[in-house]
Amino acid sequence: MDALLLSRLQFAATTMFHFLFVPLTLGLSILVAWMETRYVRTGDETYLKMTKFWGKLFLINFAVGVVTGITLEFQFGTNWSVYSAYVGDIFGSILAIEATAAFFLESTFIGIWIFGWKKLSKKAHAAVAWLVAIGSNLSAVWILIANAWMQSPVGFVLRDGRAELTDFLAVVTQKFAIVKFIHTATAAYVLAAFFVMGISAYHLLRKRHVDFFTRSFRIALPFGLAASLLVFILGDLNGVVVAEKQPTKLAAMESLWVTQRRAPVYLFAWPDEANGRNAIEIGAIPGALSLLTKHDIDAEIKGLRDFPPDERPPVLLTSFAFKGMVGLGCVFILLTVIGMFKRNKLLESPLYLKAMLYAIPLPYLAVQLGWLLTEVGRQPWIVYGLIRTSEAVSPVSATQVALSLAGFVLVYTLLGVAGFSLIAKYARKGPEIDDGTGDVRPRTAVRPAAA
Amino acid sequence: MELQTIWFFIWGLLWAVFFMTDGFDLGIGTLYPFLGTDETRKRVMINAMMINAMGPLWDGNQVWLITAGGVTFAAFPLVYAVMFSSLYTALLLILFGLIIRGVSFEFRGKLDDPRWTKIWDACIFLGSFLPALLFGVAFANIFQGIPIDEKGIFQGTVLTLFNPYGLLGGILFVLLFVHHGAIWLAIKSGGGLHESAVRAATRIWPVLLVAAVVFLVHTWFATNLYDNYLGNPILFIVVLLTVAGLLGSRVFMAKGAHFKAWFASALTIVGATFFGVIGLYPNLFPSSLDPKWSLTAYNASSSPLTLKIMLAVVAVFVPVVLAYQIWAYTVFRTKVNEQELTY
Ligand code: HDD
Ligand code: HEM
Ligand code: HEM
Repeated sequence: MDALLLSRLQFAATTMFHFLFVPLTLGLSILVAWMETRYVRTGDETYLKMTKFWGKLFLINFAVGVVTGITLEFQFGTNWSVYSAYVGDIFGSILAIEATAAFFLESTFIGIWIFGWKKLSKKAHAAVAWLVAIGSNLSAVWILIANAWMQSPVGFVLRDGRAELTDFLAVVTQKFAIVKFIHTATAAYVLAAFFVMGISAYHLLRKRHVDFFTRSFRIALPFGLAASLLVFILGDLNGVVVAEKQPTKLAAMESLWVTQRRAPVYLFAWPDEANGRNAIEIGAIPGALSLLTKHDIDAEIKGLRDFPPDERPPVLLTSFAFKGMVGLGCVFILLTVIGMFKRNKLLESPLYLKAMLYAIPLPYLAVQLGWLLTEVGRQPWIVYGLIRTSEAVSPVSATQVALSLAGFVLVYTLLGVAGFSLIAKYARKGPEIDDGTGDVRPRTAVRPAAA
Repeated sequence: MELQTIWFFIWGLLWAVFFMTDGFDLGIGTLYPFLGTDETRKRVMINAMMINAMGPLWDGNQVWLITAGGVTFAAFPLVYAVMFSSLYTALLLILFGLIIRGVSFEFRGKLDDPRWTKIWDACIFLGSFLPALLFGVAFANIFQGIPIDEKGIFQGTVLTLFNPYGLLGGILFVLLFVHHGAIWLAIKSGGGLHESAVRAATRIWPVLLVAAVVFLVHTWFATNLYDNYLGNPILFIVVLLTVAGLLGSRVFMAKGAHFKAWFASALTIVGATFFGVIGLYPNLFPSSLDPKWSLTAYNASSSPLTLKIMLAVVAVFVPVVLAYQIWAYTVFRTKVNEQELTY
């Protein structure tokens, strides 16, 4: 294997791993801040317990999110140095802004939130929770602006063999960036809502801490419903932008080979890339693709055969990722809508609770599929239409990359196992039982014998 | 002043602030297994106190590294590209260190199993010592020049970096950080831990002094850093301030003025970084093969528009960040109290 393939594997593995933790941070930070706000407003101790219980799960997840992000920040330089030198003028500045404007906010205030329970007033402490949530979500804004620029480069000229910035506002406000942020953020909120509902369902099925988990469930439910609807609507808008800016990705995700008016959506299609056609096509809805992406049933959509083979992305992966994501999106809407009907009789709906428990991994799957579609569908370009992935790799030896990739696989596997089993352990354990002293600490204070 | 020159010094400043702030966490982490008694109950307690001394602040401190990296990318993309790909293995080792250190704080107290705690305790040490050492090795090598050709392609191996001057830089960094961390721990703790921390700081100091002197002398032979100083002797003030900081920290420690000692130590670290940065100017990443191939503030910078926008960003956000980080430090200025341990 050469350094290119290894670097691609490494980048894919490390970003996908990072994005196992990111969405829960984005969504749960808001839910926890909201719970704490309710506590400050009402003085109801249950909300305080909720803040602490969900807050603990949040913190374990956050820790892994933070440490896996750092590597990404440096990997553009270590593994994609040609790319970095070529686009740094634009891309680098967005990343630097992300650090100064967002990472400082979340990282400084998370420390204050964890250690500041006794040092700050209740109100100030709740405000700190909001600052963490805002910081995390702001960081998503900036990184997605950067990613949107790779999907659709704007506001630059080519000069001295590199892309130089000419219009900062165009980069920051392009449609692609805005749609991408809202779609990704709402996807993260879906994930966080399903996480809270799923764990609540686990305890409700066992009739433990009924009041606590019923309330948790009901806080997450409307949030999850709204997010599921929004992610769907924004997904459609995302498709429109892709149709406008990335015709090869659109054709690949719909496995459309022949340029046509009234282009169809296939409910199922198995692309045969070698022969430039679909081996299996089931359930074509004529005109649906034209209508959805161009808002005109007669619009012409370009098929893959009209692009040179070396400009086509891998069709199978792109189209399956897309269909999987959309299918899951429908499931989320269905589950949250049912939830709205059952919300007052959760305990009598064990089947629904069980479904919600087993639904916890589904949003994780959906967000990973979303990114696979976005990134694999962008190939063979690293910056769409401008520079190819194969030209972008660092002049480092394959051995070095092979070793670092092995290191990542090892360390991340251990980290993932440790992180998720801790989350599972504390999720199963439930909130700390009130021992009657009224002193419910944020976490068990260190006992001298075993901390 | 030209934009590129301003950016050169902002670049240096960000690294200096990173070393000054995260330096004490990395130092405490390196000291971690060596303080206190061996009696298990006490050991656990002491480790918990050490974590609580840096716990609220380390994550915010570490963002200075991300910012220094990000600013290198934004202002000097070519340096970001060449530096990080040349130092590939060293940089990834640093990152692996920071990864295991970062999760340890959160994970370590989460299971009631001594083996579990031991694993993460080892990670805290390794994840602090390794980055401290390798940052020193990397920067000393940059001072010395890196074997890059005209295309910016690295012509050495990882082992190239571990030459005597590089290793000396690594040792110096470890000592600076451990000294800095011990003083912070003295500020934050009481009782036996406080005394051990004071003792550690006092004992490390002479070693640090020797290392610093050897480094300054070796620099004369191994690098061209002094050229800028000889051309403009007023710059020797930086060296004097650094030395004053180092001497000051000892004097204040002896008087029991720990806060002042910590500031003096911070001055030493910032001064040491600037000693190198000023000596490098205008090089950011000198080539040891041919000075023509060195990356400088002028041949590796971003476009003027990007530099201007980033200057505005930094001028607005860095003061805001400093304001709330200073606030965070004041919230946690009091001694860690055994009853209030969070981890
Ligand atoms: C949609 C959101 C999103 C996406 C696509 C990414 N990240 Fe991320 N990142 C976050 C959202 C986020 C976050 C929510 O802000 C994190 C996750 C957990 C956390 O603690 O903060 C974070 C942490 C985080 C950190 C640590 C910050 C700290 O110390 O506080 C760095 C350096 C990065 N990320 C860098 C990256 C890079 C270079 C990415 C692109 C390849 C990337 N992230 C993708
Ligand atoms: C966190 C969510 C993300 C996931 C899960 C993800 C996933 C992936 C995957 C699977 C690849 C490999 C594609 C291939 O080589 O076929 C890739 C490549 C890449 N992605 Fe992402 N990505 C994410 C976010 C980002 C962001 C936000 C950026 C930029 C700001 C980015 C920049 C890149 C780059 C530079 C490559 C390497 C070059 C390439 O293979 O095209 N990614 N990513
Ligand atoms: C249900 C209808 C949906 C549609 C039509 C849709 C559409 C899209 C499209 C077209 C993209 C590619 C954007 C690009 O290439 O830049 C995308 C990306 C993505 N999708 Fe979806 N999506 C849907 C549902 C979901 C759901 C339910 C989730 C997760 C809960 C999700 C998560 C993501 C993520 C994380 C990305 C990558 C980030 C991005 O590029 O915006 N999507 N989606």
